[in-house]
Amino acid sequence: MAWQMNSDRPIYSQLYDKILIRIVCGIYKAGNRLPSVRELAAEASVNPNTMQRAFAELEHSGLIMTQRNSGRVVTEDLNKIEEAKHRLALAQVNSFFANMRELGYNDQEILELVKSILQ
Amino acid sequence: MDTNQTNNISKDPVYVDSNIPLLQLNDLCKRYPGMGTYMSVFHMNLIIPRGRIIGLLGPNGCGKTTLIKMINGLLAPTSGSVLINGMAPCPATKKVISYLPERTYLDNGMKVSQMVEYFADFYEDFSTEKAYGMLGALGISSDARLKTLSKGTKEKVQLILVMSRQADLYILDEPIAGVDPAARDYILRTIITNYNPGSTIILSTHLISDIENVLDDVIFMKNGSLMLYTSVDSIRSQMGKSVDTYFREVYAC
Repeated sequence: MAWQMNSDRPIYSQLYDKILIRIVCGIYKAGNRLPSVRELAAEASVNPNTMQRAFAELEHSGLIMTQRNSGRVVTEDLNKIEEAKHRLALAQVNSFFANMRELGYNDQEILELVKSILQ
Repeated sequence: MDTNQTNNISKDPVYVDSNIPLLQLNDLCKRYPGMGTYMSVFHMNLIIPRGRIIGLLGPNGCGKTTLIKMINGLLAPTSGSVLINGMAPCPATKKVISYLPERTYLDNGMKVSQMVEYFADFYEDFSTEKAYGMLGALGISSDARLKTLSKGTKEKVQLILVMSRQADLYILDEPIAGVDPAARDYILRTIITNYNPGSTIILSTHLISDIENVLDDVIFMKNGSLMLYTSVDSIRSQMGKSVDTYFREVYAC
């Protein structure tokens, strides 16, 4: 099944996010080998050059590395993965707050609503 | 002995300078007789590199098929030139171009297996193994005669034959139009997995949203002219919209 893409953002950056999520939630574990560009491009039904670009960006962020013999592997630096996870979480919270404010809630009301649901 | 020698010679790889663009259009024009001064292709200049998957897009009658036919040497330009690996269309360029025309030309009386043999005989770069692999995956019986197949299945057979070659340039005129969505996915996946980084695929289609994620670049044509030649990701990052949405805006009726 092809990966679902939004229409308004470059495909490579959406691929970046999707692979990042797989790393953060441990589908691709720290230090383990990643599928090849071609395999993952076929799975996602995207152009291999675009997948290559997503990989290059992940490499640039230090989340994956190219090793001479074993292809691409996820970084062993758990702090880096934790930081990426934190950034993703912040983005989720920010977009939640933005949506709630759009509905007319102020920050206090949002907090109370969240607390009441958690109880 | 002599026959063997000739065979050996024809199988020698043609040396291609990688600095020469795969495809180059120089001020290309086409005017059909009886069309007055209207140019179906109007002063097109274009350089297409190796290793790309390119969508040739534009509304009906904008000159896509005319352009494709000139690249394949089926129509002569009114002025300007087409160069493939630096050569004008000729038998040597047909050897490196795998072309899927908008209409199938297969002999209806032949069996699928005979068609495969025919292609294997005709093209040195044809892989029988690849062809049977794809036919099997799409559940097409090789014993069936073409006239017994549905329109969509015939199109699949034709596309399989074209994609089973190891060409430099694949030109596919409306490859997925008559094919059901599941087979469309399979065909796109086949294109992605089989495609070799040294070759380029140019495909014309109206089903942009189906193929958008597979494309590197797009060419927009309008009234025979080149309107835009850019990458899919640059349309998305600069315009903040998909190629499909952008197309609908540019060509809004």
